[in-house]
Amino acid sequence: MLTALLVMIGLALLLGIVLGYSALKFKVEGDPLVDKIDAILPQTQCGQCGYPGCKPYATAIANGEADINQCPPGGEPGMRALADLLGVEPKPLNAEHGLPKPKAVAFIDENTCIGCTLCIQACPVDAILGAAKQMHTIIASECTGCELCLAPCPVDCITMEVIPEKVGNWKWRYPVIEIKPVIEIKAA
Amino acid sequence: MNQSPYISGSTSVSVIMLKVLLALVPGIVAYVWAFGSGVLVSLVLASATALVSEAVMLKLRQRPVLPFLLDGSALVTGVLLALALPPLAPWWLVVVGTLFAIVIAKQLYGGLGYNPFNPAMVGYAVLLISFPAIMTQWPAPLSLAHTQLGFADQLHFIFSRALPDGVGLDAISSATPLDYLKTQLKLQHGVAEISQAPLFGVLGGKGGEVVVGAYLLGGLYLLQQRIISWHTPTAFLLALAVFAAGFHLVDPAHYASASFHLFSGASLLCAFFIATDPISGPTTPKGKLIFAAGIGILTWLIRTYGGYPDGVAFAVLLMNICVPLIDAYTQPRVFGHAK
Amino acid sequence: MISSLRKLTGLLKFHGGVHPPEHKLESTVTPIRAIAMPATLVLPLRQHVGNLPKIRVQAGDHVLKGQLLAEAEGSVSAAVHAPASGVVVSIEEQLIPHPSGLPDICITLQPDGEDRWIERKPVSWRETDRQVLVASLRESGVVGMGGAAFPTQIKLRPNGKSSVHTLIINGAECEPYITCDDLLMRERADEIVKGIEVAQYLLGAERCIVGVEDNKPEAVVAMREAAGRSAIRIEVEVVPTLYPSGDARRLIHIVTGIEVPSDKRSTDVGVQVFNVATITAVYRYFEFGEPALSRIVTVTGNVRQPGNFEVPFGTSVSQLLEAAGGSLPGTNDLVMGGPMMGFSLPSPDVPVTKATNCIIAGAPDLFPAPPPAMPCIRCARCADACPVSLQPQDLYWFSKSDNFEKARDYKLFDCIECGCCSYVCPSHIPLVQYYRYAKSEILAADKAKEAANLARERNDFRLARIEREKQERAAKHAAKAGGAKAEAGVDDDAKKAAIAAAMVRAQAQKSEVVPQNTTGLPVAAKNEIAAIDARRGDVQEEKQEN
Repeated sequence: MLTALLVMIGLALLLGIVLGYSALKFKVEGDPLVDKIDAILPQTQCGQCGYPGCKPYATAIANGEADINQCPPGGEPGMRALADLLGVEPKPLNAEHGLPKPKAVAFIDENTCIGCTLCIQACPVDAILGAAKQMHTIIASECTGCELCLAPCPVDCITMEVIPEKVGNWKWRYPVIEIKPVIEIKAA
Repeated sequence: MNQSPYISGSTSVSVIMLKVLLALVPGIVAYVWAFGSGVLVSLVLASATALVSEAVMLKLRQRPVLPFLLDGSALVTGVLLALALPPLAPWWLVVVGTLFAIVIAKQLYGGLGYNPFNPAMVGYAVLLISFPAIMTQWPAPLSLAHTQLGFADQLHFIFSRALPDGVGLDAISSATPLDYLKTQLKLQHGVAEISQAPLFGVLGGKGGEVVVGAYLLGGLYLLQQRIISWHTPTAFLLALAVFAAGFHLVDPAHYASASFHLFSGASLLCAFFIATDPISGPTTPKGKLIFAAGIGILTWLIRTYGGYPDGVAFAVLLMNICVPLIDAYTQPRVFGHAK
Repeated sequence: MISSLRKLTGLLKFHGGVHPPEHKLESTVTPIRAIAMPATLVLPLRQHVGNLPKIRVQAGDHVLKGQLLAEAEGSVSAAVHAPASGVVVSIEEQLIPHPSGLPDICITLQPDGEDRWIERKPVSWRETDRQVLVASLRESGVVGMGGAAFPTQIKLRPNGKSSVHTLIINGAECEPYITCDDLLMRERADEIVKGIEVAQYLLGAERCIVGVEDNKPEAVVAMREAAGRSAIRIEVEVVPTLYPSGDARRLIHIVTGIEVPSDKRSTDVGVQVFNVATITAVYRYFEFGEPALSRIVTVTGNVRQPGNFEVPFGTSVSQLLEAAGGSLPGTNDLVMGGPMMGFSLPSPDVPVTKATNCIIAGAPDLFPAPPPAMPCIRCARCADACPVSLQPQDLYWFSKSDNFEKARDYKLFDCIECGCCSYVCPSHIPLVQYYRYAKSEILAADKAKEAANLARERNDFRLARIEREKQERAAKHAAKAGGAKAEAGVDDDAKKAAIAAAMVRAQAQKSEVVPQNTTGLPVAAKNEIAAIDARRGDVQEEKQEN
């Protein structure tokens, strides 16, 4: 009886030492969780999730304050990637935070622009070129489509132009073969 | 509008299944010749049950019924199961086994192409575990039987379990060669002595070896038609033969010979028709070799040391579990890559 | 002898491959025919892989045959030339031959029928510097004519990263129905051989091999004879007919036994491959100064007189069909390319481009509609047929479930989309379509990820900039506030003294003789005023006393 006890205690101690040593010796300095989450988010910096940018939202998710289904630009693939990363169940996007929209870029109507720089200050990625009393213009390749510039403009001269599908950015479609009447057809 | 490729050189699933059924015909003919026409009743029962249950399940799952019925896969499952069961088995045994095979082992997993286990073997295994006594009641080969039942009597027996007056169960049934071997070995008789029993023919059991030979013919037809590849039958038969011959060489008194193992039980049926089921088997050539060899070794093990006379069904099911692992580790080298 | 040994042992045969019915005899009955100059030529800018060329003309310009319409931009780009003299009608979006059916920018030309050439400048290439020759190719408009449409000047760069020791000319033409290369070899073998000589000169290759499938015996004979007349040694290697032996890497493997690593180019292992038509175009550019203006196109399938035509780029497919006698009734599809890898045209009114090797008029008896796809039965016939030794069934499951990470791991991007897998599938699953979809999605996702990384950087920089500006402002505020307090320490007394002095000054100013209005009066008046003032004063005194 005593022998058994001693053996078990000895084993426990031995395994404990081995585990502790391994935990210290082989510790992997990986990315902190926030960076990993931020790597998945689409960097639109639109604030639809309720946080002022993607990094704050990532921080909130990591702290458990925010849910994974609050990002419309990331859409369902983004939510699934977050679910995979965090090991939680995927859930449908929260419509309170907006719904996914086709990618668009902002466009300033140069006839109406008064050069007030309010939109320049609002753009989270500095994608608007201009200065006070000078013409403002959107750098289309840098625009993330976050729509934060629309509200501050006092003359309402900014519109969102959906990026058209051209030969250059055309994608093959998912092949749809009807075996039974489909209820939901994959995005065309 | 079509999409590329605009031409197709393929057969179809129905044609493949049809050829498999064709390849089984010699075996069925030999079966009737050796054991009587009772097996035809099982075949009809099993086929009908398979088709009806598949149709019902497809309807419940809201899938188009006709294309899937016509592809013949349910029919093949039913026929294989019927051939694996004792010919004079009660009708409900055949029906229950087929129902299990089609409904649970195939349709509930997603239907054609989605079952991880061989449906016929699942049905067989369920029956063997649930009704072991009936499953070991095989009819004697006609050449050995005391009494030969006419077709009407066989039909009557299958449906009502009533034999004609004066005929006892012993008169028409006997142990299978494998079963006989197992019990006699337990009784400390040597293999050589056992082989002298009238039950044993030249290569395997009397009557049974003819059926098995007919399966071999069917299997060769399948190979020639490129329905199956050489990997699975060769690996299975080789593994079984090597183990059997090896042990027989070391201890001939306690281990049966390779030819006995190859020509008894469901070995050749398995080699060409059961282990080659594409859906539950591996997809890589090397994988097929490993899979089939595994079945061969397990079959020999179960026959020699296991509790059941024939180990094919369990061997197949056990290897079915390993298939995803086998597939993952036997990926062939892609052109232009180092490994 | 070695080649016959190879054929016997099949050692240098690639894995898989299929034997579709060839349908080549229909279009090889007649020789290459010319086609009437069309009334309009529509020239897309995008006829090659790489950057779009820069447009150098505008609507209304009159151009000569061979004139540069758009100039190559950047290193991977090709020029577009006028196939006929005429007027530039418009530069706008037109329907192009593309699987999407979307339009793209095209230069529309109206030939004037006069066929006036620019001043052509042939070069005696044997005496010209290699670098100069290749640089001039940039303006030739020559791109790969086998279907890949890669700008040829990139592939002929001498002194590149590695030297090319084997030059392979691709005359395999493995796809059914297509016979343009076959007829080119039969009729213009000498030009092809001269093209090989040019390429050999540019690349310095030790071996020149022409690979031809064995279903083209006349072409083999013609090429062998022409090769015999050449100054350099050119081997003509007959390869067994097997689709897709015309794929560049497959052909390299068959002919030389070399397996080009998946992440490297063929030049990295010292081999370069050119299509027979491409190499002829290179020769014609140097020898005659003719840029790429036309190509041979096979028109076959459900047409009255299938055959091959010399077609100027920009000719509409409908005119081509007319030249082939018109399409027969029952034609329900127009396929550009072969039946294994081609795509359906959105309309017959699309132009022939540099990549158009074949037009097939499809009909239900030629290209029957496939039966509905059954589930995959894991038979692995597709894996047996794949020339790249991929596992198409695995790629299918991953693409179907959008599991793109696994698809990439299972080497999806090594797929050459040859269609062998779909060809043999008993369940009639359109496997290649799944791979195209998956590749599109993966590439788009990669691009989006890059854009997201850039956006993150810009956002981070902006936040840093705002922070920095805040800091600078705070520092400035601090400096100003500190400076103001320092000034308030000046002497208080001095201030007071200054105030007192100011008051005195003010007083003095007040007591200064203020100019009165009596100043300018005569003396008598002044005396009188003085007397009145005195009397007033006395009266006031008396009042005060009382």
